[in-house]
Amino acid sequence: MHDLYIFITGPLAWAAFILFIGGSLYRLLAMLILVNRKERFIFSYMSLRYGLRSILHWITPFATVNMRRHPVLTVVTFLFHICLIVTPIFLLSHVILWDESWNLSWWSLPDGLADFMTIIVIAGAIFFLIRRIVSPEVQFVTSASDYIILAIVAAPFVTGFLAYHQWFAYEFFMVLHILTGEMMLVAIPFTRLSHMIYSPFTRAYMGSEFGGVRHAKDW
Amino acid sequence: MGEPAEINEIKDKGLEIGAERLTEDKIEKTINSVLKGETGARLKAYVDTCIHCGLCSEACHYYLSRDNDPHFSPVGKVKQTIWEMLKKKGKVSPEFIKKASEIASTECNLCRRCAMYCPFGIDIAYMMLIVRRICHMLGVTPLYIQDTAHSHSVTMNQMWVKGDEWPDTLQWQEEEAQAEIPTLRIPLEKEGADVMYSVIGPEPKFQAQLIYQAAVIMNVAGIDWTMPASSGWDNSDMAMYTGDNEIMGRVKRAHFETAARLKVKKIVMGECGHAFRSVYDVGNRWLGWRIPPVEVVHAIEFYHDILKEGRIKISKKFETPVTLHDPCNIVRGRGLHEMSRYVTREMCEELIEMHPNREHNYCCCAGGGVINCGPPYKNKRIMSNRVKAEQLFAAKAKGAKVLIAPCHNCHSGLEDINHHYGLGLEIKFLMDILYEVMDKPE
Repeated sequence: MHDLYIFITGPLAWAAFILFIGGSLYRLLAMLILVNRKERFIFSYMSLRYGLRSILHWITPFATVNMRRHPVLTVVTFLFHICLIVTPIFLLSHVILWDESWNLSWWSLPDGLADFMTIIVIAGAIFFLIRRIVSPEVQFVTSASDYIILAIVAAPFVTGFLAYHQWFAYEFFMVLHILTGEMMLVAIPFTRLSHMIYSPFTRAYMGSEFGGVRHAKDW
Repeated sequence: MGEPAEINEIKDKGLEIGAERLTEDKIEKTINSVLKGETGARLKAYVDTCIHCGLCSEACHYYLSRDNDPHFSPVGKVKQTIWEMLKKKGKVSPEFIKKASEIASTECNLCRRCAMYCPFGIDIAYMMLIVRRICHMLGVTPLYIQDTAHSHSVTMNQMWVKGDEWPDTLQWQEEEAQAEIPTLRIPLEKEGADVMYSVIGPEPKFQAQLIYQAAVIMNVAGIDWTMPASSGWDNSDMAMYTGDNEIMGRVKRAHFETAARLKVKKIVMGECGHAFRSVYDVGNRWLGWRIPPVEVVHAIEFYHDILKEGRIKISKKFETPVTLHDPCNIVRGRGLHEMSRYVTREMCEELIEMHPNREHNYCCCAGGGVINCGPPYKNKRIMSNRVKAEQLFAAKAKGAKVLIAPCHNCHSGLEDINHHYGLGLEIKFLMDILYEVMDKPE
């Protein structure tokens, strides 16, 4: 078990971070190169002002008509994404790992709050799963990949939750937590989780077209 | 009301015969050549970013009007067309292409309302246009709209108006209007005029009174204006909607070059939405212009300016309560909604807003070339916009009796809605009212 732990927190963790960061940069660069090669006009329509105006509206809860139409989904979506990003970065045990390995340290969440935020992520994932199955308009466009990416995102939180509470099979869940966490990092650039990378650009482009050319709101 | 049974089994010769001529090999080659040759990072980012959340659904009048049938949600239409082509790398059947063409051409108005509901701002109208482009390259386009594209190609106008019929119509309208204002002229080919006034093909074909009214407004407002006597007078563009970008380019070039030949300062266009989209946003880009090479002013903005400058005085405001429709191509496409309200308030006693309005207004279900796909799809088009009827009925319940639709496609589409659902509204262009209430010389 100890060797396995060394391996997944050592070389495998390195591989995961390299693939995550390198892959994300690659996807970004590939997109920019493709724009430059085939759709260079996009650069001439991109507007910092209107792009940011659009992004700002769409990252502010209830700032758009569609968010107001779906208040429950809006609340769940925002909480889910905030907790999804903030919890792993500011979890005390993660910060300690950074500290031990790199002498880097930063503020961390109280464990109780982190636990609650983990539950929010898991509950959010269950909400999205149910919505996907129950809503006909979502079900119609759902493919296996949608369930898989939801599982990829939920897995590190479920296993982390179980490992933290140490109710049973602590070591097993710990290992599984690390593995699924690494899997999620690697999946971000190479699955539709890449909306994390692309969405600011698609949003900014639509915002620029609506603001700069069409003189209209896009929210 | 009678439910037309046949809206799901429409026969369209353009699609039937076009699909019969296809081979799987040709389909695969064509799809891949369009995807590889004409699309790039945008399509890729849109497909890779879409999280399949379905949040665009409620933006679409088809979806809302067809009892939330997911086949009619924006993303549902993407799934049934471009996703499948991408997934199968172009290996789809002729039957699939026929269905894809019907979906892209007759079940989406390209109104871009869904772009305002997608959290990522994914441009679904753009994807539907790619599908239309592929279907065009395969020769599977609905018959009626293909005919208008042919007309553009042959005559440079949408309605097969022949070379001599055009100046003839202008002269006829000039003479008619001279009965009202004896000094009135429709100046043809006047080099160096401030304004070139351009219209869509249907105006000389069967709505010549609109040219009459425009001439009166221009004359009374004292505008230094002209109309071309040659081709290039038509600003409309159905080729844009069939995916025939090459013809779109020829038509737009003719339009811009006519304005350049006449050395006008700007082009003022009649109350048409799709033509504005073509001249202001799409055709210019195909020709390599970031913004149009000649300033393009839609009728709404023109009326706004002449009213604001006091060039036109209102003798007596229009008394009947009106409601105002916001056409997609000039509101989501150009943000003219406050100007149209200014014009309306200047001319009318009472404006009763319909809801939703401005950028969020429901589409007329005629635009994007859908009404131009002709009679086979008429029932489907009307059934697919029940939500518009409900929206209009609510405005009527608040007292509106006249519906202002400052766009030709909207006008015709709303007329069908009005008739089918028995709304009993009178539909007018802004110009109809302006002509009626303006101060004219005795």
